[in-house]
Formats: sequence, structure tokens, C-alpha cells
Amino acid sequence: MKTETEQRKNSGPQFYATELACGSEPCSGAGQLRPQEQKLIQTLETLGAKKLERRRKDAQRLLRENSATHNVFGPVDTPRSWQFDPIPLIIDSEEWTQLEQGLIQRAKLLNLLLADLYGPQTLIETGLLPAELIFAHNGFLWPCKGLLAAGEQHLNLYSADLVKGQDGRFRVLEDRTQPSFGSGYALENRIVMTRSFPRLFQDFQVHRLAMYYRALRNRLALLARHNRSEPRIVVLTPGPEQESFFEHAYIASYLGYPLVQGGDLIVRDGCVWLKSISGLLQVDVILRRLSDELCDPLELRRDSRSGVPGLLEAVRLGNVVTANAIGSSVLENPALPAFLPGLCRHLLGEELALPSVATWWCGQPREREFVLRNLERLTVKPIYPTAELAGRPAGEQPDSRREIILAAPHLYVGQELTCLATVPAFVTDTIQNCTSILSTFLTAQDDSYVVMPGGMSRITTCENHPAVPNQAGGYSKDTWVLTQEPDKQVNLWLHAQPDQLITPLFGSLPSRAAENLFWVGRYAERTDASARLLRVILAKLREFNEFRDPDDRRSLDRLLQALTHITSTFPGFVGKDAAQKLAEPRAELLSLTCDIERPGSLRSSLKSLSRSAQPIRDMLPEDAWRIVDTIRQNWHPKLSVGLIGGGRLHDSVNKLIVQLSAFNGLTNENMAREAAWMLLNIGRRLERALNLIALLRATLVPCHEPSTEAQMLEAVLATSNSLIVFRRRYRSFMQLPTILELLLLDENYPRALAYQLQQLQKHIGDLPRERAEETARRDETLIAAAIAELRGTDHKQLTRRPGSDSSYPLLEELLVAQKEHLEQLSGALMQLYFSPTVVPQQLGSVTQEDSS
Amino acid sequence: MKYRVTHSTQYLYSEPVGLCRNQACLLPRETARQTCHTSSLRIEPDPADLRERLDGFGNRICHFAVQHSHEKLQVTAISEVTVTPDANAMAAANHFCRESVGKRLAGERTANTLAALPFLFDSPLIKTGPRLAAYAMPSFPAERPLVDAVADLMQRIHHDFSYDPGVTNIATPLSEVMTTRRGVCQDFAHLGVGCLRSIGLAARYVSGYIETLPPPGQERLVGADASHAWFSVYAADAGWIDFDPTNNQTPMEQHITVAWGRDFSDVSPLRGIALGGGRHKVVVSVDVARIPDNRV
Repeated sequence: MKTETEQRKNSGPQFYATELACGSEPCSGAGQLRPQEQKLIQTLETLGAKKLERRRKDAQRLLRENSATHNVFGPVDTPRSWQFDPIPLIIDSEEWTQLEQGLIQRAKLLNLLLADLYGPQTLIETGLLPAELIFAHNGFLWPCKGLLAAGEQHLNLYSADLVKGQDGRFRVLEDRTQPSFGSGYALENRIVMTRSFPRLFQDFQVHRLAMYYRALRNRLALLARHNRSEPRIVVLTPGPEQESFFEHAYIASYLGYPLVQGGDLIVRDGCVWLKSISGLLQVDVILRRLSDELCDPLELRRDSRSGVPGLLEAVRLGNVVTANAIGSSVLENPALPAFLPGLCRHLLGEELALPSVATWWCGQPREREFVLRNLERLTVKPIYPTAELAGRPAGEQPDSRREIILAAPHLYVGQELTCLATVPAFVTDTIQNCTSILSTFLTAQDDSYVVMPGGMSRITTCENHPAVPNQAGGYSKDTWVLTQEPDKQVNLWLHAQPDQLITPLFGSLPSRAAENLFWVGRYAERTDASARLLRVILAKLREFNEFRDPDDRRSLDRLLQALTHITSTFPGFVGKDAAQKLAEPRAELLSLTCDIERPGSLRSSLKSLSRSAQPIRDMLPEDAWRIVDTIRQNWHPKLSVGLIGGGRLHDSVNKLIVQLSAFNGLTNENMAREAAWMLLNIGRRLERALNLIALLRATLVPCHEPSTEAQMLEAVLATSNSLIVFRRRYRSFMQLPTILELLLLDENYPRALAYQLQQLQKHIGDLPRERAEETARRDETLIAAAIAELRGTDHKQLTRRPGSDSSYPLLEELLVAQKEHLEQLSGALMQLYFSPTVVPQQLGSVTQEDSS
Repeated sequence: MKYRVTHSTQYLYSEPVGLCRNQACLLPRETARQTCHTSSLRIEPDPADLRERLDGFGNRICHFAVQHSHEKLQVTAISEVTVTPDANAMAAANHFCRESVGKRLAGERTANTLAALPFLFDSPLIKTGPRLAAYAMPSFPAERPLVDAVADLMQRIHHDFSYDPGVTNIATPLSEVMTTRRGVCQDFAHLGVGCLRSIGLAARYVSGYIETLPPPGQERLVGADASHAWFSVYAADAGWIDFDPTNNQTPMEQHITVAWGRDFSDVSPLRGIALGGGRHKVVVSVDVARIPDNRV
């Protein structure tokens, strides 16, 4: 065992307080309001609690529309718990200047530390840092040793979570170098605040945030080693299942970079490439929202499914740069702050300006003793995130904590997280005093850093203790940094040289985005088709219930069966228990309407629609996204079996159809005729064609009694929204051949099969081609074949019946053939454009066998 | 003693692989008692961007990719090395004991000690703890000479655990090995490392090969060998001393070192990621052949 003096000599002075800042007195909690805060509170109080609550709800709604508050991909389809607190945190300009300097100094210090740890490791050699803080920390990644080129800044992004002590000083609670949580929320909170409380901004001069993002964008562009005039920068996200996906999408869209997942990138020839529908595009810089150890399954965590195999080697070869550098999570260590004052003197020759919360690292005997003596009042944290003891607040089971610490003392710190200052917050209808955590954000600029003048503040309540890191949920609020002079309006537009004309960028649609657009088109159309058929069925059901006409009964049965076919919800009305279900269809109809777990139900299709739309929100017109979100939110008509067939469901379905039409209209009228729109439309046309085929096969291929036939024909026309056109064109003569002429063969009628095929052919022909590809692609051949077949069809022949057949075999044959063409086409499109998801497999290293 | 080692790995896929990226740790490093005369990696089909680098522990790591469609990948490493026994090392190491080495590790910052620090703590596949410490301690009465103590520990592992291929794989945690008392060389090497780290010593995992001699009167079978693993303990000024718990030997002339690391995960001989390929089959062959003196 080391003696204490040896310890101190060898590991450098740990920031060490011998006493807790608070005596045994409980913290009083109530903070003094400063003049600006008073002014703000007065303004808000004159609004009154009711109005304030209403404004808060407005703001909340805005946030929800932007998906900041919920995760549509969660296992349960419920809103997430972010609440908006309309009272901003105010920091005056003097206080800010000081804080800003402290943060910049700290970022510089951590940057030097990072370079040393993955380079010469002199700080361990000189004893300024205990070796176990680094080598026992699972954020220190050996494959990254030597990865950082000397003399460059590698900590390009830094974020510090701050708390305020009762002495009014900010202290760093946590250093963050990994994908940081909150910079998108900060922006979002500001936007919402400006819209909901515009008057407040007249009374206060508040720093704008855009400047920070501009600095970030400049920085990222400067990191590129090649292609420096117009580097390709992407945002790498773990995917929409992640809670913070909203933020990744938001940042990507705000900065104007493609949002990609690991599977969208590939390493070839030592470079990183983005798969796009027009081939591979080289990536120069990756803004990483994926944590260190998941970045490269070849060299880091082998079970990572979201990384890019070979990424580390591409970085080593200097062909791509990531921000932050992979391996920087070694700095996210709550024991490091204890050594920062000494390191700051050593590395920067300055005193550390911004203190950390009082921290005692248990790797040293004196500090360990202190922590063990004060367990009731200290929060014990592991030096890296582990399941055990992950930020247990003070006072919890001192005995078990003692044992855990003693088993591996170097892995734990004690932190004093009591005695925090409070700020006013509007929580549960009243203004209260709460403690808060402020997340600040920095980006490197030249040899220094730029701090976002603001940040994201979170209100901490008992359930949301500052000791619990990175917790989502609770209340978040805007942060105002006051300034004497009003900021100039900043936007993110770049300025071209006077003689420079920027060439437009086409065809770089990432394959994953292409795939999502395709499915948005398909799901929107699928929902529409089921809703229209459902509407006809509901009307028929009411009619039958009223008149009990056996003809109604027969056509109702047919339509119900068609619904099963169109929605692919077998067995449904066609399976073994069909007779029973047809006799009493309401339970099945209810399920097809509301059961989110049942693929093919309206609600499940809507969920799939918003799932596909979410990742490509930045490509859809803003209002189109709003519609998708509104439908998803609203479509849970509270129904019971008894209400099926009543007017309410009918109304809801009507509304849904109108909303879907609005979505189609918005995308049609607002998207440029580029690859994105083409793929959306290809999905839509393909789905409409397939739905029409399914409808016709279920309703018109079987022969009907003359008395039901007219009803069936009318129902088909109603479902395909074609009654009016048909009546005008064929007067009131209801005949199968003429209906087929309209619905199958009319190339100028947007509901007809022939029209869908025409459109498909046009869009497919317009899609960008892979480089150096000469022969006709499979998608072109398939659609041409389908069109040729349809054109060669005579509608009068289709309804010929050999003998006393109970169906129209030629019609069935044509429809089946068309369906097969289209299904093959769908597969071919996926192969050609959507980078068929080949599951990467690990080539296991052979288990070592002995030769003993 | 001079050897030629041929280590060949073949991946056979049921479906074509469009792209694979690999990392090989197959070329022997130079050590105090080992010289590597020649070494090369043969890869079929032809790889793109084959590159060798040294990792953070000084091991030779090769990166390569096969970027065109293929249904078979063969990687063969051929090396010629000379291993020289260092009989004095043991005696020198016995001047130290657990206590004195522990003290050096805690306080000293010489180049040697600094290089040993990364091997003092938990690593991805080795979690230290009281159970391993309790197992190790009977071999370490106070002030017992280091080599004697570690050799005793090695001998106990050899005795208490049975060699049983197929029971464990690379993901089997030490706690399970401690319970089942079965495993292969890799598990025993991990166990030795875990025990030593649990009582405050620096220990590393060594991957390599061992020369096997045919039973008297029989021909040596070519390609029937396998890769091997053992552990090494830090003995302050005396450097690192190797111990092979699988064979209950202190490696002298018959152990050929390829690489060392905190555990298997740092030095896994061949790892890769393939896109596509369906199911794959691996065929490995290792041949350790003595090169007669007259050819030296």
C-alpha cells in the first residue's frame, strides 16, 4: 500500500476540501432574485397564472409538433415527458463573460489532456494524473492510441453541465465530450420561446444562438483534409430508436448536412463513402452522434450494429475526420476534476477559473476516508457509467455503498451535490423555486473555443436529481444571456464570392432516405385505400342494418372480404371463421381500425407512415410533416364495438381521408421534381396500383347475381373515388367492361392502373443512373413489360366467360400478372436504390486451441 | 532454436461476400528473447489497402480489405523466428516478491513500470475481484520469491482446471470458468492474468505458438498444431516472465510469441467483418516446424 505522502507526491494535488460546504443545517432553498429576474417575474405575473399556463401549452404544442417532446419510436406510442418551462434562466453579461472565459479555459485544458493521453502520456509519467484514472476507465480506447495527429485540436466540441452554488458561482457538474445532449433542444427552446413570448424579448436584450452554429459549421468544414472547398459533412446517428434522434435530425437539418446511420456509410479504399441512389459519395467529416465505443465494430465494440467497419483505419489514414475524435470519452470522468487545478497550472500556466463541484476521488486514502465518513451527504459516482451505483444520491444505503467503494476504490468519487441555488420555474401552474442544471456548448475556433451564448437548462426535482446523469424528461427551459448591445441578426447562409456561381447539387440522395421516401409514399397511399374502402363498408353496414336487404348483405360480405385482401389481414373475413365474422363484422372492423399492433390496421399503417417520415422530415414540406404528426396524434378514435357503424367513425374516416389528401397535395405542390419526390411518388403509384388490383380481384373477378352486381360496381367506383367521372363519361349505364376500361386502361385518369404504370415508367426513367451503366436496368424492363401487357388488353374481352364459370378468368389472369410485375418491380427498386441491407457478420477469430 | 511457423485461416462462405474488412495480429513481434527473421502475410483473393502498423502495445497489426465479390478468403502468415532461452531472468525475478513489485508499480515512474501500468487493471474480458484474489493468495505467502509464487499458482491452475475444448468460447467470463473448472489455454491464460491483477500485480496475455513434438518413433504431423496462449507477469527490473498454465511450463525455447495485450480482445489473431456471405465455415491450420541448425 502506498503511504499517504507518497500518494500526494506521486499523483499530484487533488482538489481537496476537508469540510463540506454546508454545515449540518439543511439547505434553505429560497434564492434571492436579482433585478432582471424580478423584472421578468413581474412581467410574467401580470400575465397571470392562467394566461401563463395557456402560453406554456402553446409552447408545448409547438415543441410537440417538432417532435422535441416525444419519441414516435418508443415501444409504447405515448408522448414523452419533456415539459416546457416558460421562465428562462437569466445570466447577465458580466456573469456570462466570466463563465465564458472559464469554459474556454477548461475546453483548452481538456483538449491538451486528450492529446497527451492518446499520445506521449507524459502526465501519467510525471505523476500529475494517476494511471488508474486512465487505464481503468473504459473510455480509454487502446486502438485509438496514436490516432490523434500531434499539434491539432481534437476536442472540437465540448459541453459542460453546470450547477450554481448558493454563493452564486457556477460549478461544473459534468464534462461532456461525447455526443452531447441538448444543443438542439437549446435551439428549439429558443425558437418556441420567441414565438410564444415575443414581448419578453422586447424588454430584454438577449444574445442570439445562431452565431454558435455558424462557428460549428465553419469548424467542421475546416476539419476536412481533402475536398476543402466543399467538403461533404454528415451527421452520424445511432438511428431513430434512440431517444435523442429528434435532436440529431434537427441539428442535421439546421446545419444542412445529411443525417446518416452506420449502414449508410461504407469504407472502401481507406475512405468513407455515403451510399446514395447515384452511387458512392466520399465523406470528409463526420459529426458524430454515436458514442465512441460503437463507432467501429471491427476495432471497438464488436457487437455494435450502428458503427462503420473500418472507420478507425480510415481516420488513421487521414481520409476522414470525426468530431469529436473517437476516444474522447476518456475525458468524461468525474474524478478528473479533482486533478484539473494542478493540470491547469502545469499545462496552461494558469489557475483554473471555473471550479467543479466538490469532488473526492476514492483512489487516494485520505479522500477515500473522507467520502466513507460522509456517505450520508455525498453522492457516490463511478468514474465511468456502469450499472452499479450509477449516480446514487446521497443518503441512500450507506452500508452497501461503503462495500462497493472498498472493493474498487479507484473507480468511485464522492460529490457534494447539496446546497444548490434555486431559480424561479413555472411548474404545475405556479411559480416555484427549483434547482437547475445548465448545459453549455462549445465549439473550437482557431486555437480557442466559442461558447453558445445560452444553453439548455433543466429543472431538477426530486425524481430528477442532478446526480442522475443525462436524464431525459422533466422540465427544460430557455437560457438567456443578456447583452448591453443588441446582437445583429445572424443566419447560416454562406456568402459566395462576387464572381462565384454555385452549382446546384442533385442526385446525392442517400439510399436510406430514398427508401424512407418510397415507404412514405406507399404507407400514405395504403392508408388512403383502406380508409376509402372502410368508408364504403360503413355506409353499406348502416344500410343493411336499416333495410335488411339480402342483396346488401351479399355485397357487404364481398366488400368485407375485399378489405381483408387490401389490408393483407388474413384470415380476417376470408379465413376459417369467416362466416361468423361476416355475420357479426364489428369486432374485426374495430380491430382493423384501432389495433396498432396489427399490421394492416389503419392505426398501424399510420404509425408506419410517421416512422418512415420522421427520418426524412427535412425533405418534406414543413406543413406536410405537421399533417403526418397531427394524423398520428389524432387517430385513436375512442371506439367500442357498439360504435362501429355509427356516425362518429364515419366522420373520423372522412377527416382522415381529407388529411391524407392534404398531405398528397402538399408534397405534390411543394417538392421539386428531383429524386426525393420521384421516390415518394413511385411508392405512391406502386401502392395505388397494387391496391386497385387487390380491390378488383376481390370484388369484380367473381360473378354476381344481377341484383347485387350494380351494387358491387357502385361500391368499387366509390372506393376508387371514381363515381363522378364514371357517371359523366358513361351516363348511368353501369357495366363491367366500361368500368374496367376506366379503372384499368385509361392512361389519362389518375385513378386508373394504366396511369400508375405510366407515371412509374416516367419516374423510373428520370432517376439518376449509376456511373458507367449501359444496359437497361431491371426496373425499366419490368415496368415496360407491365405496360405492354396492359396495352395489349381489350377490355371487352376481359369479361368473357367460357361456360358457366362463376368468375372472369381472363380478368383474373391479367390482374395476377400485373401484380407479379409490380411486386418484382418493388424488389428491383430496393435492390437498385436502397442499398439492400446486407447484415454485416463478424468473422470470429478462432478460439485458441492448445497443442498441449 | 529456429522455427518456421505457418498459420493459415480459411473462411468459406455459403453466399458471396461483397466486401470484407479485416485486422490480423499474426506477425510475430521482436522480444528480448526472440528475433523475427522474416514474416509475411499471404491473402487470397488479392486484398486492397494492406497496411501494417504497431498498436499501443507494440504489436504488429495488419489491416486489409477484400473489396470485390468472393466466396473464400484465405489468410496465411509465414514467419521465421529464433527463440533464445534466458535462464538468468528467472533468478533475477526471484529477487522480487509480490510486495516489492506492488510497491514499484504504485510509486515508481520508470519507463519499465510505466509500460506495465496498463496491465494492472480490469480489461474487457478480465474482471478482477475477491474471488480470484482468494484463489491466488495461497500461492503468495508474505515475501515469497516472485517466480516461485507465480509458478505455484500456474501449477495449481494446471492441476485444478481440466482442459476441455468446446466448453468455453471467447465470450465465456472468468467467473464461469472458475465455477466449471474447465476451459482451454485462452481461459487458463485469462485466469492467471485475472488472479495476478486481483492481488495487485501487472500481468498480460500472450498469444503465440508452441512447438509440439511427436510421440517417440512417430513422424511429426504437418499442420496439426494450433495457436496457443499463456500469461506473463511483471517482475520489475527483471522484466516480464512467462508462464504457461496449460502445460505447466515456464516457456523457454518452445514458445513463440506473436503479440501481447491486456487480454485476448487486444490480440485476437484475425478478426473481420463481411457484408453478405450467408453462413461461413472456418478452417485453421498451424504448423510449427523446427529449422535444422545446418540451415541457419
